[in-house]
Amino acid sequence: MSPATLFDKLWDRHLVTTNDEGLDLIHIDRSLLTDLSGTIGLEEMEQDDSAVACPGLHAAMPDHVIPTGSEDTPQQAKLRARFVVNLDRLSKQTGIRHFARGSGRQGIVHVVGLEQGFTLPGTTLVCGDSHTSTHGAVGALAWGIGSTEVKHVLATQTLWMKRPKRARVWLDGTLQRGVFSKDLILWLIGRLGADYGREHAVEFTGPVIEALSVEARASVCNLGVEMGARFALIAPDDTTFRYLAGRTYAPEPALWEAALEDWRRLKTDPGAQFDKEIYLDASEVTPQITWGISPEQVTNLGGAVPLSGADDGALDYMGLAPGQSLEGLPVDYVFIGSCANSRIEDLRLVADIVRGKRVAERVTAWVVPGSEAVKRAAEDEGLAKIFLAAGFQWREPGCSMCNAVNGDLVAPGKRAVSTSNRNFVGRQGPNARTHLASPATAAACALAGEIRLSQE
Amino acid sequence: MKAFITHKGIAAPLPLDNIDTDVIIPMGPLMMTPRGELGKKAFMPLRYREDGSEAPEFVLNQAPYQRASILVAGRNFGCGSSREGAVHALEGFGIRIVIAPSFGDIFFGNCIKNGVLPVILEDAAHDSALQAAGITRGEAFFKVSLPDQIVTLPDGTCLPFDFDPGHKVRLLEGMDEIALTEQYRQDVLDYQEKDRRDRPWIWAIEHMA
Repeated sequence: MSPATLFDKLWDRHLVTTNDEGLDLIHIDRSLLTDLSGTIGLEEMEQDDSAVACPGLHAAMPDHVIPTGSEDTPQQAKLRARFVVNLDRLSKQTGIRHFARGSGRQGIVHVVGLEQGFTLPGTTLVCGDSHTSTHGAVGALAWGIGSTEVKHVLATQTLWMKRPKRARVWLDGTLQRGVFSKDLILWLIGRLGADYGREHAVEFTGPVIEALSVEARASVCNLGVEMGARFALIAPDDTTFRYLAGRTYAPEPALWEAALEDWRRLKTDPGAQFDKEIYLDASEVTPQITWGISPEQVTNLGGAVPLSGADDGALDYMGLAPGQSLEGLPVDYVFIGSCANSRIEDLRLVADIVRGKRVAERVTAWVVPGSEAVKRAAEDEGLAKIFLAAGFQWREPGCSMCNAVNGDLVAPGKRAVSTSNRNFVGRQGPNARTHLASPATAAACALAGEIRLSQE
Repeated sequence: MKAFITHKGIAAPLPLDNIDTDVIIPMGPLMMTPRGELGKKAFMPLRYREDGSEAPEFVLNQAPYQRASILVAGRNFGCGSSREGAVHALEGFGIRIVIAPSFGDIFFGNCIKNGVLPVILEDAAHDSALQAAGITRGEAFFKVSLPDQIVTLPDGTCLPFDFDPGHKVRLLEGMDEIALTEQYRQDVLDYQEKDRRDRPWIWAIEHMA
């Protein structure tokens, strides 16, 4: 056998057949259903009176639309009555497991999938959400799909796909102290561009990746899609296997050894060919913060907007001038949450920074845990008390201020430092100005009331 | 899904890079608007001012581009969120074709599923399409043929483009994909039966709550 990439091994194993025009029919091992595209897919199935092919391979949970503590406005209540309620009803009707608020398992699909062991190395996993790339952190082939495809998966447990090309990003060196995986991926997007990974499955590898925890790898793969990679991949290793052992849907002891033997083969063979490849030394990465309206518009914390060549529309929207320094810009909101950074390690880091300190008067600061399991752990460890004492709001799990369709949003014209993954126009609310950063940077900005480097 | 073959229409230039699906249709309006009315909300953040009035500087508010059915856009068009409503909003506006140097992968797939043609033109070809869309101010039509894979500019310049044969068939025939996949049902069942033996841990969750 010729040497194969991790991607090729995963793709070929799930290939059911290829049609005359060269499209591959790929088997889908796992699917996650949100209260947005999941609800829409299930509603369409109900309208057509179609049967779900393999209900036991899906997991549904509300995350996008469910409130995290804000009072429901009438409009919000109407949305919830459709999207959240129908997901619950249709999941029950079709025999799909559903993690309701209060079940102990509800949360953002991309946090819950990993922490429950629902996502496993070597699985194909899809969801009607672009950040499904997150699950590549454990060596799953995971990608975001549209709602027509959600319905196709529900009906057939397969998808027709064009085989993507393969890219590898090799990261050598060691991350400096005070630099996190979020900084690493923002730095990469800044260097390579928001469309580097287009039409490719991108494997992240090298000593820097090997040294990261699974949760830190999840942040890398999560923002993989912000560099255009529909598929982001990291080969599973002992860190992954230790992370998965004992989780709810991980293989039971009788199957564990067989699974492990299989998973150990999930890596790129020496000499395997990629369609494109880049080698970078990540030792030079410093804390990063975005200044514009695309994640590729990013600079070193303490850096400035480019003097020339910056997109005028972006500067105008963000209320910035060419060459303007970001340090010291007043901040109105700090949001710690989203499928990029709302896991327990993120919250521990924030707690370390804000312990015994106070959020600046002008800042509305929130911590929104990624799941009920994260929330419980943070409360058990005493982190929630630290956040509350520092002046943060401590809320219920959900997408919250990242997508702003649940009542949680940044007021028009206000500036937010956010641990989420998108600084797009209007993403956190109409005319909201978003700066993306790591949880450490966001915490430091909350205390300072302005954009500032973490003290840590 | 509508089948796509050839199309003639007004092309509007929108030479901005990284137009994401949140800009094509913000999530709030998407969730509160019936699919048939989404066209009115397409490009909301660019198209309307805060008071709800039209922004005169936005190309699709200008005559004759209000009647555009072709968009010549910048790099990485449709990046970001997977929302299929972005394609529905473009369709609702009347856009049948988007020409760009590159597209967000998920958006590209959603176009194919909905009978909207995403055409990749790079470098010089993209520049000439963009220029033609601007110079002619829509008074002359662009022509796009999917069978021939050619964009013809108003001055007769022919710009060939690559297109995946699998996607081409889907667009030309406008077929119901689920019904098509049903023809492969036995292949899927055979795959599953073998995989249950090879990787029982994949299937062990089927009966877990």
